[in-house]
Amino acid sequence: MTTVQRIRVLIAKPGLDGHDRGAKVLALALRDAGIEVIYTGLRQQPEQIAAAAIQEDVDVVGLSCLSGAHNVLFPRVVELLKEQGAEDVLVVGGGTIPEHDIPGLQANGVQALFGPGSSIADIVDYIREHAPQRS
Amino acid sequence: MPVELVEKMLTGDQRALARLVSAVERQSAEVPEIMQHVTPLLGRAYCVGITGPPGAGKSTLTDRLIAHARQQGETVGIIAVDPTSPFSGGAILGDRIRMQQHYLDAGVYIRSMASRGHHGGLSHAAKGVIKLLDAFGKDLILVETVGVGQTELDVVAAADTTVLILVPESGDAIQTIKAGIMEIADLFVINKADRDGAERLQRDLQMMLHVRHASDGWCPPVLSTQAHQDLGIVELYEAITTHRRKLSETGQLTTRRRQNRRQELLDLLQQQLLAALTAQFENGETHSGLLAQVEEGTVDPYTAVQQMLVESGGLWR
Ligand code: B12
Ligand SMILES: Nc1nc2c(ncn2[C@@H]2O[C@H](COP(=O)(O)OP(=O)(O)OP(=O)(O)O)[C@@H](O)[C@H]2O)c(=O)[nH]1
Ligand SMILES: [Mg+2]
Repeated sequence: MTTVQRIRVLIAKPGLDGHDRGAKVLALALRDAGIEVIYTGLRQQPEQIAAAAIQEDVDVVGLSCLSGAHNVLFPRVVELLKEQGAEDVLVVGGGTIPEHDIPGLQANGVQALFGPGSSIADIVDYIREHAPQRS
Repeated sequence: MPVELVEKMLTGDQRALARLVSAVERQSAEVPEIMQHVTPLLGRAYCVGITGPPGAGKSTLTDRLIAHARQQGETVGIIAVDPTSPFSGGAILGDRIRMQQHYLDAGVYIRSMASRGHHGGLSHAAKGVIKLLDAFGKDLILVETVGVGQTELDVVAAADTTVLILVPESGDAIQTIKAGIMEIADLFVINKADRDGAERLQRDLQMMLHVRHASDGWCPPVLSTQAHQDLGIVELYEAITTHRRKLSETGQLTTRRRQNRRQELLDLLQQQLLAALTAQFENGETHSGLLAQVEEGTVDPYTAVQQMLVESGGLWR
């Protein structure tokens, strides 16, 4: 049989803000790059995001937050994924993330962060290069 | 490795189930072994196909059906298929957005799938994934197709009961329908019945379908729903139950499932035989001269295919 490998990415919006433009633009760009994107909708609790990531067996979870609550919400998603045995999933984030928050988030397992004005092409390349190879 | 994963899945582990679904989806070499382990467990779940044109409300209705089934104490598995872009091979899988209320319910497993170039409204892997959900112990499996036209009929061969969702605006299209899903769906739903034209469409459909009655003793009911308002869902659920009962009582469920398994075998054979032969051919392992001749136009493709099948273990008859 010929094996078909395709990157699957979950794009999720934790928290209470309704800024979904960035998430949607990114979802379209990922699709155009040959990636399968699952979009879970607005205002998701970290628990809901982790559950969706497990059920969908995604390679990457992309979190988008423009409410300022990223320091709480992003690490929580990482923690929940770990608890459920999905530590191999790549977690990245974007939105209104100030530079000085980035080291702390990375220390908590959010591997890359892209704030306002980031190039979409760079984000897509990053995801393509860093999505875990899984058997 | 696959055996352990199957065993883990059978203890109720969702992550193991999800990994197995991925294996089936990527057509891993482990699939036959996985299927050998789950096959003895199959046949318990009831599978309902939900199909219809883009935006008709399939996901919203599915969401409401899940809620109702859960109230009845059933566990539910959902396969939601969205189209793969023919240009990039990527996809945006958005059906799940309509099912947010169930994300944290351990009795509900939702899996989004891309059609990955398959044209029948489902993906190649859908039937394999239905098996996994059945073995996992789901009572009810709901399969949402991509938004389709008339001729995408995959779901009929995958489901026990097929529900066609239409909207009042589908009326004009139905007048001109000659063949396809209209002939074969078990239940018809006019969703968005809050809009003009729903009643008229319902009458027209009922008239059309009356003619079908004789053939298999089932006159497909035409229901009306307003999925976003949760109206008509209980009636739809009950119509599914009635159809299920009727299939069981008449032995048609067994016949259907037999036919579906047969079809599945033939489809798989066709797909993999073609893939194997094409791969050999394109790698230049076999028939390399023949390909050149066909490209030149000195040998016709009919003769070339005949020769290839003869040489591939006497497949030509
Ligand atoms: C457009 C906009 C809106 C629109 C949103 C429309 C929509 N559907 O998205 C509207 C007008 C509705 C709106 C409303 C509000 N907004 Co507003 N809004 C903005 C604005 C001007 C631009 C956001 C945007 O769409 N940018 C374009 C996209 C493409 O960029 P992006 O989202 O940043 O995404 C990029 C990166 O962040 C990254 N990225 C984003 N997500 C992800 C995910 C992953 C996985 C990755 C890898 C990368 C990534 O990639 C993208 C490409 O570079 C920003 C200011 C700004 N310049 O950022 C304020 C801003 C976000 N809004 C703000 C506020 C306060 C509000 C309101 C509360 C205002 C009010 N008081 O009513 C409301 C709240 C609405 C709600 N329901 O939540 C504040 C947030 C403050 C904060 N974080 O502390 C901002 C920062 C303005 C400000 N400086 O005060 N807003
Ligand atoms: N007016 C009205 N809108 C509805 C009804 N049911 C669903 N909708 C809306 O119709 C839109 C499409 O609904 P979906 O459930 O996503 O439709 P779908 O058939 O799954 O769409 P695809 O999967 O993209 O083909 C959404 O905005 C729903 O809120 C209804 O009964 N009446
Ligand atoms: Mg849908």
